[in-house]
Amino acid sequence: MAVISRPSGKVFALKDNKSAFPYLLLAPGLLWLFMFFILPIANLAQMSTKTSSGETGEFVQSYRFANFFDSFMDASGQFARSFLYATLATLIALAIAYPLAYAIAFKSGKLKNVLLVLVIAPFFVSFLLRTIAWKQILGEEGAVTAILRTLHIISPQTTLTSSAFAVVTGLAYNFLPFMTLPIYASLERIDPRTLEASGDLYANGFTTFRKVTLPLSMPGVVAGTLLTFIPAAGDYINANILGNPNTKMLGNVIEARFFKIVDYPTAAALSFTLMAAILILITFYIRKAGTEELV
Amino acid sequence: MTNNSSNSNNTNKDKLNKLAADNSIPSEIKNLISKSLSRRTVLAGVGGAGAAVALASCSSGGSSAENVRWANWTEYLDYDEETGENPSLVDFASANGIEVSYKEAILDNDEFTAPLLDKLRSKKDIGYDLVTLTDWMTARWIRLGYTATFTEGGIPNKANLISSLQNPSFDPGRTQSLPWQGIMAGVGWNTEKIPAGIKSIKDLFSPKNKGKVVVLSEMRDTMGLILTHLGIDPSKDFTEDQFMQGIDFLDKQVKDGIVIGVRGNEYTQELRDGNVWAVIGWSGDMFQLKAESDGKFDFALPEEGGIIANDNLMIPVTATNNAAVEKLINYYYDPAVAAKVAAFVNYVCPVEGAQAEMAKFDAELATSEFIFPTEKTKSQLKIFRALTAAEETKFQTAFQSVAGNA
Repeated sequence: MAVISRPSGKVFALKDNKSAFPYLLLAPGLLWLFMFFILPIANLAQMSTKTSSGETGEFVQSYRFANFFDSFMDASGQFARSFLYATLATLIALAIAYPLAYAIAFKSGKLKNVLLVLVIAPFFVSFLLRTIAWKQILGEEGAVTAILRTLHIISPQTTLTSSAFAVVTGLAYNFLPFMTLPIYASLERIDPRTLEASGDLYANGFTTFRKVTLPLSMPGVVAGTLLTFIPAAGDYINANILGNPNTKMLGNVIEARFFKIVDYPTAAALSFTLMAAILILITFYIRKAGTEELV
Repeated sequence: MTNNSSNSNNTNKDKLNKLAADNSIPSEIKNLISKSLSRRTVLAGVGGAGAAVALASCSSGGSSAENVRWANWTEYLDYDEETGENPSLVDFASANGIEVSYKEAILDNDEFTAPLLDKLRSKKDIGYDLVTLTDWMTARWIRLGYTATFTEGGIPNKANLISSLQNPSFDPGRTQSLPWQGIMAGVGWNTEKIPAGIKSIKDLFSPKNKGKVVVLSEMRDTMGLILTHLGIDPSKDFTEDQFMQGIDFLDKQVKDGIVIGVRGNEYTQELRDGNVWAVIGWSGDMFQLKAESDGKFDFALPEEGGIIANDNLMIPVTATNNAAVEKLINYYYDPAVAAKVAAFVNYVCPVEGAQAEMAKFDAELATSEFIFPTEKTKSQLKIFRALTAAEETKFQTAFQSVAGNA
């Protein structure tokens, strides 16, 4: 729109300008993408169809596309678990993050900045240490187990560590800021006059939330769920540290194939399958949820 | 004198090293840690190398000092915090005029070896003249022809190697590898939770310990103990079927909920936290735990027998100064020197006569079963046999599958 109102000469000048300048501006980014995304992906792709030469760590290209199917069938349990745990963690994170972001955006007053810093604060500690800390939090000598046992919510024999529960809570906790911040950003942008208008039209608090606040914050919710779900589905640290052999996720399989079994083709094939599965899910989700307001 | 990477920022680095050496920690993170370490190593190394050059030019009267580049694991050599030097290396350098650039470069067998493979295949310098790798990786290096054979008579002190380690299946007669230190795998437990102690693998997997048992993610240690329990000798030519019997046995313990985790070093933390009562663990870790906890934890070899794995000194085929390297190996096989190192690192010492030498300066430590297992204990220790490439893949896949990773 703005272009039209400009003197037409300038617009033509811009259109005619075939200089390489915009491409030069793009170059660092493209180079980065090429070096650290395209090349590794290409490398992974050609690894994924190789087979073992018979010696540990040596592989020959045999275009064995069955690697994809075989590896998927072998790891289907962990596959399903990855998506189940990531979905649960995303839902838990959403349930915690939305009220939190709402409170920070509308009810925190002077404390707003302090609360925002507190949301980000865990990032100052390494991911690994944060996860290991959960082992102690949920551990035999930690407060959570003691309280739940006193309240008879769990039996004295039940342990919370090394369980699916620990893995999912660990995932939800670790990715919580990724959920909170986008929701906060979209809530914060809501024009208070729209809320007032809703009140003027005799909507009560709940109706206002349902008809005005929630729809306007949806871009944040969509962004937050994506930012939580995608890394959670590929994560293997939480399952490794907080889980047991029956709660392993696909990331653990890929890690073991790469470093323990030294079976690079299977690991590469699984990485691709995971990437494709996430892409398909995300495409479907975005089609449903809409992305117009995401950016 | 020495470019010891541990000389600077010691405490922090030790912490990082511990993290980095932890098998349970995903490799991606280990890489990050090791990268930050190696950058520091380089920085520290630059200073150290400068000093070494300066010293060499003072002392050696013009003749070019030989240099041996040694890659080892972290905290695996005597170290003086005040001077920031490795006393035994300093002594070696002044006695022989051979400088040793000592790098704590190994955090993981696979991750250390993988980047060197191309150079080893094409016989180009890998940057080290001496490497220290675990038995199974040693076996792989020897199988692939990446190691140099020791010169006949080049290491006279080789005769001091304890007899039980002289003929492993991967290097009979020890012509290409010599043990640096040994690590025993056995059973550890919390004496408050299990007052009766654990005497066997059967005790370990008792239903009473349901959900409180963790086993090592190092396949050879865990499976070695289980095979021994099943009456299969892991040091002999067991068959694939026999190995799979062991896998089925472990799988049952996992399915029954007795084993709650297959993990690396972090099992010590789980013991401390009280989440885990009994483990298949390593002697060195349990030595630490026992020492710091006033008897809350104990360690033993199960009555069926224990597993010992060694880290071995090897000269890569790409080395050109083999005589100097052999001198260095020979030096560490002197019982007096070996005793000094063992007193510092507390792992199983492979050198005969070191115990008597240690008794001269620390009589109590010299009686430690963790460093000098008795004859009876030694007779119970087995080395997991070398595997073929096909076996390695098949067995590791089966083991990872029990651990939920495949």
